[in-house]
Amino acid sequence: MKSQTPQAVILFSSTAHALMAEKIAKTQGFPCKLIPVPRHLSSDCGVCLRFNAEDRDALEAALRNRIDWTEICLLSSS
Amino acid sequence: MNKNIVYFDNAATSWPKPQVVYLTADRYSRSIGGSPGRSGHRLSIEAGRIILEAREKLASLFGISDPFRIAFTKNATEALNIAISGFLSSGEHCVTTSMEHNSVMRPLRAMEKKGIELTVVPCSSGGELNPLDIKKAIKKNTRMVICSHASNVTGTIMPVEEIGRFTRECGVVFCVDAAQTAGAVSIDVEEMGIDLLAFTGHKSLFGLQGTGGLYIRKGLETEITPLLRGGTGSRSEFEEHPDFMPDRFESGTPNTPGLAGLEAGVSFIMEKGINRIRKKEIELTRYFIEKLRAFTFVEIYGLQEAEKQIPVFSFNIKGVSPSEAALFFDEEYGIMSRPGLHCAPAAHRTIGAFPRGTIRFSLGYFNDTAELDRACAAISDLAGRRRVS
Ligand SMILES: Cc1ncc(COP(=O)(O)O)c(C=O)c1O
Repeated sequence: MKSQTPQAVILFSSTAHALMAEKIAKTQGFPCKLIPVPRHLSSDCGVCLRFNAEDRDALEAALRNRIDWTEICLLSSS
Repeated sequence: MNKNIVYFDNAATSWPKPQVVYLTADRYSRSIGGSPGRSGHRLSIEAGRIILEAREKLASLFGISDPFRIAFTKNATEALNIAISGFLSSGEHCVTTSMEHNSVMRPLRAMEKKGIELTVVPCSSGGELNPLDIKKAIKKNTRMVICSHASNVTGTIMPVEEIGRFTRECGVVFCVDAAQTAGAVSIDVEEMGIDLLAFTGHKSLFGLQGTGGLYIRKGLETEITPLLRGGTGSRSEFEEHPDFMPDRFESGTPNTPGLAGLEAGVSFIMEKGINRIRKKEIELTRYFIEKLRAFTFVEIYGLQEAEKQIPVFSFNIKGVSPSEAALFFDEEYGIMSRPGLHCAPAAHRTIGAFPRGTIRFSLGYFNDTAELDRACAAISDLAGRRRVS
């Protein structure tokens, strides 16, 4: 991977929620991207939102009360 | 667009649509085309974004604070079937009106066979509903009141605010069939006390056919059984169908090109302003009612009050059957109208036009007074020919 910045993903129960979360995050200037859910996290065929792990608290605050998520996981940097 | 055509069948489906609707649907199909949100690649995500955009626009149009309270369906009929068959069970009572479309009446009659109790509140011969009659019909086991926002036969607007006020007071669920009004008359689900709002995309919202939706008030979704279960692109590891909005009611690949077009249609409405659209339609209504009233050989149904109706007109010409008239208007004047019962036999009984039916002209934002003049010329021509023959 090109970036050395530690990354994390937020998982949602619905792709509709993931898309809304991406929209909120982008409007607030968080670098992020919707990616297929990594197989080791869930066998769900949907998407999750990848973001810089250092933004975790700020992003959670931005999404709280607007979007429900199921979990947040750090991605290993390998 | 064919300049020789006068399209007066907007209550069936609106035509033409704003140019941007065609362009957006075409652009989606050619350059995006992915399965919305299912696959994680950029085209799939872009398709998902378009649907989110459509959901947000509609939510804002209807005063819905959480866009996920809207589930997309293929039309109002599907939304109404979810709201009726998925919600009512044996022993429960439901109140409706005598002006309803078959998309409300038929699912209700089917549920009646399964043991629900149904009260059909009569409306006046002008299609007007006294909201107090609904109130009087509510009893201990009443679970739902369901009515159209405006009749597709006479255009009469129903007193939904009043009904919403007392259904809320007695804790009865209020479902509104907004097939004829969404996009043409302003709707606010909170202010109107609406718990379930069924709408269709292809009429006054200017979307394409095969689009519609159901708004479900927060918390009510768990009390409604979905009609369909299947793939949603979410929680694929589970074989049980999701219980949350909107996935619970959105199984299978949606009509994404249609929803892309619908999003463009709703944007068009918001740019014009729904009040401006309504104002223009009231003016057209006033103009046509006045002209139509001058014909002694025409019988007009409905209230004939522009402010109390949408631009839908049912009438009959003495000595001419509705189907003959419609054929004449089409062949001789290029006017597209609809004869018959308009999928609403109960409404025709109410206004005294059953089983004969009526001729229906239904106008939209893109019609103008010159077209109404042509229609009036056609009506007097037809009546004149009838008199001499
Ligand atoms: C009052 C009313 N309800 C429901 C419907 C059904 O709409 P759709 O055919 O889009 O399902 C219509 C129109 O056909 C209608 O006029």
